[in-house]
Amino acid sequence: MRHIIAVLLENEAGALSRVVGLFAQRNYNIETLTVAPTEDPTLSRLTLTTFGDDGKIEQIMKHLYKIIEVVKVVDLSESEHVERELMLVKVRAEGAVREEVKRTADIFRGQIIDVTPTGYTVQLSGPSDKLDAFIRAVGKVSILEVVRSGVSGISRGEKVLTA
Amino acid sequence: MTTKQDNNTSAEPVEGAEMLSGGDMLVRALQDAGVEYIFGYPGGSALHIYDAIFRQQKIEHILVRHEQAATHMADAYARVTGQAGVVLVTSGPGATNAITGIATAYMDSIPMVVISGQVPTSVIGTDAFQETDMVGVSRPVVKHSFLVRKAEDIPLAISQAFHIATTGRPGPVVVDVPKDTTDPDVLAPYVYPREVKLRSYSPASRGNGRQIRKAAAALLAAKRPIIYAGGGVIIGNGSEVLTRIARSLNYPVTNTLMGLGCFPGDDPQFIGMLGMHGTFEANMTMHNADLILAVGARFDDRVTNNPERFCPDATIIHIDVDPASISKIVNADIPIVGQVTSVLEDLEQILDAQRQKNPEQPERKALEDWWRRIEEWRGAHGLNHQMTIEPDQPILPQMAIQKLYEVTGGDAYITSDVGQHQMFAAQYYKFAKPRRWVNSGGLGTMGFGLPAAMGVQFAYPDATVACVTGEGSFMMNMQELSTCLQYGLPIKIIALNNQALGMVKQWQDMQYGGRHSNSTYSDSLPDFKTLVEAFGHVGFKVTSAADLDPVMREAFSSKLKDKTVFVDVWVDPHEHVYPMAIKGGSMQDMYLSKITTSMQGDYM
Ligand SMILES: Cc1ncc(C[n+]2csc(CCOP(=O)(O)OP(=O)(O)O)c2C)c(N)n1
Ligand SMILES: [Mg+2]
Repeated sequence: MRHIIAVLLENEAGALSRVVGLFAQRNYNIETLTVAPTEDPTLSRLTLTTFGDDGKIEQIMKHLYKIIEVVKVVDLSESEHVERELMLVKVRAEGAVREEVKRTADIFRGQIIDVTPTGYTVQLSGPSDKLDAFIRAVGKVSILEVVRSGVSGISRGEKVLTA
Repeated sequence: MTTKQDNNTSAEPVEGAEMLSGGDMLVRALQDAGVEYIFGYPGGSALHIYDAIFRQQKIEHILVRHEQAATHMADAYARVTGQAGVVLVTSGPGATNAITGIATAYMDSIPMVVISGQVPTSVIGTDAFQETDMVGVSRPVVKHSFLVRKAEDIPLAISQAFHIATTGRPGPVVVDVPKDTTDPDVLAPYVYPREVKLRSYSPASRGNGRQIRKAAAALLAAKRPIIYAGGGVIIGNGSEVLTRIARSLNYPVTNTLMGLGCFPGDDPQFIGMLGMHGTFEANMTMHNADLILAVGARFDDRVTNNPERFCPDATIIHIDVDPASISKIVNADIPIVGQVTSVLEDLEQILDAQRQKNPEQPERKALEDWWRRIEEWRGAHGLNHQMTIEPDQPILPQMAIQKLYEVTGGDAYITSDVGQHQMFAAQYYKFAKPRRWVNSGGLGTMGFGLPAAMGVQFAYPDATVACVTGEGSFMMNMQELSTCLQYGLPIKIIALNNQALGMVKQWQDMQYGGRHSNSTYSDSLPDFKTLVEAFGHVGFKVTSAADLDPVMREAFSSKLKDKTVFVDVWVDPHEHVYPMAIKGGSMQDMYLSKITTSMQGDYM
């Protein structure tokens, strides 16, 4: 199953390499990874998505916790949460297709952020599967370039993740 | 982001704090951490630190002949004292030479602080002379690491390094120190933080009460129980309470290779080591148990054999300080995370209270039946080798260990290397006390034994310390014989010389049709007696069984009390270690000799 794991870690040089190293060393896979400082500049927040059965995810969580700089770890997928990913896509849009691409972007609530005579750059955000759906809808042949931010996630309701 | 700049200006003074250079701060911090010895080797990036060592008296620096040996000495010092061992090496090759020893300590959860010199901050990342990314290279084999940014950070880094290395599940910590941060001309206020608080690090202490009560109930309801105790019991100082619990319940106890000595090896309740080369009775008892109390053990693959077939009937209670060890290989039914002594003390209290309320538990009849079966297993195989000495018969390696046990009164510190001799030592030297058996269990590092014995002798100058080694392993760190002379270390080295990489050869006999690919040396071995004499020590060579007793007695005699002694024991080169687990099977599937298995079938 796919899991979204949120990690608070000390905003220190070397901390990120330990997290990434752990995944390489123990043969866990990372699907997406995103990291940035939080409102507290001493802390970074990292969100990663990975696949595995319960046993594997439990081991991943425990080993993440063992990293000295890791302050908190939660598996967001264990309860209600919101996930978002940002995607920028360069799409070929010429002739008859041009209007079609624009319509598809509208349906997905995308914004066209750059325009050339032959194409559009579309910005989209949402859960990862929505972004996948947009790519399918436009069709692989029209897609020139895709950049995705990786998943960010936060739990629903009053629960907060703090140090 | 960090800026890459040399720190060439002194820091602001702090009231009441002495102004020191980074090099002096480092050494002072080690003094304040209670360090007695530094095991190390100098080089360019570490020279400011070496000068600071020269200008003080409190800490003795031990000059080794190879950095790997320094790490094993510090590691063994830690294993027998419980205090973190300290290593100092220079950057580049000094640092990389230390890696094997760091990994060895990491795999066996040994507290160690390794200080590595680093090139100056201004040239880090430029492929400077003797630059290696030590934090990067060591990352997978350390508990934690620090890269010092400026001189005034040194005391905190050292203090945190000791705290992290010694608490929770212990392990090695690297402190990488760029040369500019130890500059004698740059002063900063010295304050040693006695108390370390890290918001991101709070190792488990007490176990969950409800889980411990559940464990107590399961223990008392068991009909076929076994206590499976590992190195964590020794590291966590839990041997006494574990022994009390085991004795009061009269349950059989087995130890892992790392746990030997945590329950007295000469006690009738002890059924020997378990696992790949464990006793027949220990492996049979485990396999047939209905309850396993696992304490400070990690279900290593050398113990469980095929985890899918592991102990089919057993309920598993698993006590460990490291949550990541629990349910990693084998699912635990009753996991308890906590410091081993604290958890066992709580468990003992509950067990005592329960048994007062209900003296019928544990059921006596069931336990008697269980012991009867165990005794049958013990009688059926045991470690019953023919040890009668026929003068013209080759010396069996087992016999040499039994002789060692005899002449040391079972009371020596024994270190070992890796191979057949290690397994024979584990099987035949009955360790009565914790911290007496020092070996590289997790990484299996050849070359560990000699420097380890030296580290033990530094910790306990008056103790009897013996290293059981093989001629192969010995040659991986024998340069330290020179260090032995420099510091007058009276260790006794017992080499079971089978003229082969015996354990490799055994596998080749059993799994590769006897094709001995690169496991023998074509008569190129040195004469070890002459070799050690050249290093200024005493050497013996024993080739006949009749000479074993007198030579071993002489080696440990008061006459040679102050000498480093090497006994080159030529043993039967055809001997294998048995029992041996049959790959892919369960714990009860073992080879018992070259021609028998526990399934009674012949296999060769
Ligand atoms: C550094 C290292 N290299 C290789 C091995 C693999 N290995 C395990 S046992 C062994 C043979 C050891 O020979 P020796 O020290 O003579 O001991 P014996 O088995 O003959 O008693 C080898 C090569 C190892 N454990 N460590
Ligand atoms: Mg050998």
